[in-house]
Amino acid sequence: MAAGATLITFDKVWKSYGQGEAKVHALAGVDLAIRRGEFVAIMGPSGSGKSTAMNIIGCLDTPTAGTYSFMGIDAGRLDRNRRAMLRNLYVGFVFQGYNLLARTTAAENVELPLIYRGVAARERRDLAMQALAQVGLVGREHHTPAELSGGQQQRVAIARAIVTRPTLLVADEPTGNLDTARTHEIMELLTQLNTKLGLTIAMVTHEADVAGYAERTIRFIDGHVASDSKNLEVA
Amino acid sequence: MIWETVRLSLRSIRRNVLRSFLTLLGIVIGVAAVIAMLTIGSGTTEKVKADISKLGSNLLVVRSGRPAGPGGPGGLDQVVRPLAEKDLAALVAHLTGARAISPASQKQVRVIFGTESLTSGVTGTDSAYLDARDWKLVSGRPFSDSETRSGTGVCLIGETVRQQFFGAGDPEGEIIRVNRTSCKIIGLLEPKGYTGFGQDQDNVVLMPLHAYQRRIAGNRDIDNIYIAADDTTPTSELQPRVEDILRDAGRITPDRESDFAIRDMTQIADAMASATTTMTGMLGAVAGVSLLVGGIGIMNIMLVSVTERTREIGIRLAIGAHEKHILIQFLVEATVLSLLGGIIGILIGLALAGLASVTLTIPFAPSPAVILLAVGFSALIGMVFGFFPALRGARLDPIDALRHE
Ligand SMILES: Nc1ncnc2c1ncn2[C@@H]1O[C@H](COP(=O)(O)OP(=O)(O)OP(=O)(O)O)[C@@H](O)[C@H]1O
Ligand SMILES: [Mg+2]
Repeated sequence: MAAGATLITFDKVWKSYGQGEAKVHALAGVDLAIRRGEFVAIMGPSGSGKSTAMNIIGCLDTPTAGTYSFMGIDAGRLDRNRRAMLRNLYVGFVFQGYNLLARTTAAENVELPLIYRGVAARERRDLAMQALAQVGLVGREHHTPAELSGGQQQRVAIARAIVTRPTLLVADEPTGNLDTARTHEIMELLTQLNTKLGLTIAMVTHEADVAGYAERTIRFIDGHVASDSKNLEVA
Repeated sequence: MIWETVRLSLRSIRRNVLRSFLTLLGIVIGVAAVIAMLTIGSGTTEKVKADISKLGSNLLVVRSGRPAGPGGPGGLDQVVRPLAEKDLAALVAHLTGARAISPASQKQVRVIFGTESLTSGVTGTDSAYLDARDWKLVSGRPFSDSETRSGTGVCLIGETVRQQFFGAGDPEGEIIRVNRTSCKIIGLLEPKGYTGFGQDQDNVVLMPLHAYQRRIAGNRDIDNIYIAADDTTPTSELQPRVEDILRDAGRITPDRESDFAIRDMTQIADAMASATTTMTGMLGAVAGVSLLVGGIGIMNIMLVSVTERTREIGIRLAIGAHEKHILIQFLVEATVLSLLGGIIGILIGLALAGLASVTLTIPFAPSPAVILLAVGFSALIGMVFGFFPALRGARLDPIDALRHE
C-alpha cells in the first residue's frame, strides 16, 4: 500500500537511564519518520534500544531529550492521562507475551479498551465479536487464555489491539513465543490488517523472515539507527 | 462507568473466592461482633426495663431508715423507728395523687402442705396491694376489708407455690401451714416469672397484714409502704408530698433528717436502663475496634492484590486506562468487598443475637439504625483502607508494570 502523510517523527530523540558514571543511553539521538499505512520492521541486537523506541512510539514512554511527534502532536510532552487517551484512541499494542487478562474470556479481553472509551455494553460486544472474527477466532469467544494456544492467544491480543480501529499498531516481538507455522499465520494476519485496513504497523523482530513481511526495515545498534531500507519484494 | 467497575470488581472477587473470603473475614467478624453486641445490649435494656416495670411502674416504696446517701442508710448510733399503722393512716388520709396505698411486711418463711414444704416470700398486706403492685388474680378473690382488719387466716398464693403443692390442681379452699399457723387459700396470683435479678416472683404467699404481724412477725411493724401514683401524677411530684406527710406523722422537726427512705421505682428503672445502655455502648465500641482491625486486613489484602495484579494494571494502562480508572477500580473493589463482609457480618451478628435472645430469654431487638450504620461504616472502611493501595496501583508506570513478572 502506498505510504501517506507522516504519522510519526523522532527528532534527535534521546532516552537515558541512570546518573553519572552509570548513565545508559538506550536511545542516543535517533531521527526517524514513519508514514501512515507503512509496515515497518525494527531489528537489531539485544539492548540496542528497540523496545525503548517502541514504547515512545506507542506513547507509553517519553524521550529524555529531543522531540517525538505523533499525528503532529508533541506527544513526548503530554502528561500521563493525555498519553493514555492517545493510546486508547489511536494505538493498539501487541506484546511478545500476549498480555491478556487471566481468567477473563477472549471476548472480555477484547472489550477492555472499549470500556475505557465509554462504549455501551451491547456495542462493545458487537465490536469485540467483529474483531475476533477478523483474526479468525469465531467460536472461541468465551474461552479464557488458559484454554487457548499461544497462537490463538496472540490472535486475541491482536483483536484487542484493533477493536478500537487504531491508526497505529505497535508490536514488540509479536511472534517471539510462537513456532514457525504459527509465526507465519500471525504475520499473514498482520500483513492483511496493514493492506486491508491501512493500519500502520511498527514491529520489533529478531527474525529476518518475519521482518520480510514488512515493507521497510530499521536496524538499531547501540541506540542509533544503523540502517533504514525498503525491503525487496520477495515473491 | 461506575456500574461497569462494580461488575468488574464483583467478577474479580468471584475469581478469587478464597482470598476474597479471607479478606472479608476481618470485616465479617468486626461487624458481626458490633451487631451482636448492640442487638443483645438493646434486648437486655428492654428486658431490664420490663423487669423493673414488673416491680411496679409509677411506684414509690417507703421503708424505715435514713435515705441512702453519704454514710449509708441509717446511723449505727441511731435507733431507727419502724413504720407503723399511724404512718399508713396519715398517708391514706392526706395523700393526693395516689391510686393505691398499701403496707407490706415480708419474710422468707417455710410453707407446708401435707408432706410437701417450700420456703416462700410471705407478705402481710391489705387488699390495696394487688392494685399498688399491678398484680392480678387468675382465680379466687382478694382479701375483704373485714379480713384485712381482723387478720383472718386467709391467703393468696403464687404459681410456684401452687405447682409445688397442688400440681395442676385447683388450690382454692385448701389449707396450708405458714410458720405453724394455718391459712386458707382464697385466690391464685397471675404468673409473673423471674425478675432480671433471678428472683422468682411467683414463689409468694400474701396474707392480711394483721394476721402476718400477729402470727408470723410477732410485732406491729410495717416494713414497706407501696404507693402507686395515679395516671396524672408523676412519681417525682408525689414523692415530696409523701415525705411531708410522713415527717408530720413522725413529728420530725425541720432540723432533723427523715427516719424513712422513699424509693422511686421509675427513677431506678431509668438508672438501670441507662446503665445497660452505657454498657452496650462500651461493648459496641470494643467490637468497633475489631472493625478497625478488619479495615487494616482489607488494606493489607488490597496491597497484595495490587502487587499481584501489577501486570494487569500495566495492560489496562497501556490500552488507555486513566489513573482514575485504576483508582476507582480498586477502590470499588475494596468497598464492594468490605460491604459484602459487612452484610455477611450483619447476618451472622443477628443470628448470634437471636441465639442469645433465646438462651438468655431477652427480647430480640435488632435496630434498623444500627444495621444501616454498620452497612455504611463497612463501606466507608473499604473506601478509607482501600484508598492507599488503589492509589499505589493507579500511580504505577505502565512500562514497569508490564515488565512485572
Ligand atoms: N528502565 C530501565 N532502566 C535502566 N536501563 C534500562 C531501562 N530500560 C531499558 N534500559 C536499558 O536500555 C537499553 C535498551 O533496552 P531495550 O529494552 O530498548 O533493548 P531491546 O533492543 O529491546 O533489547 P531486546 O532485544 O533484548 O528486547 C538496555 O541497555 C537496557 O539495559
Ligand atoms: Mg526488547
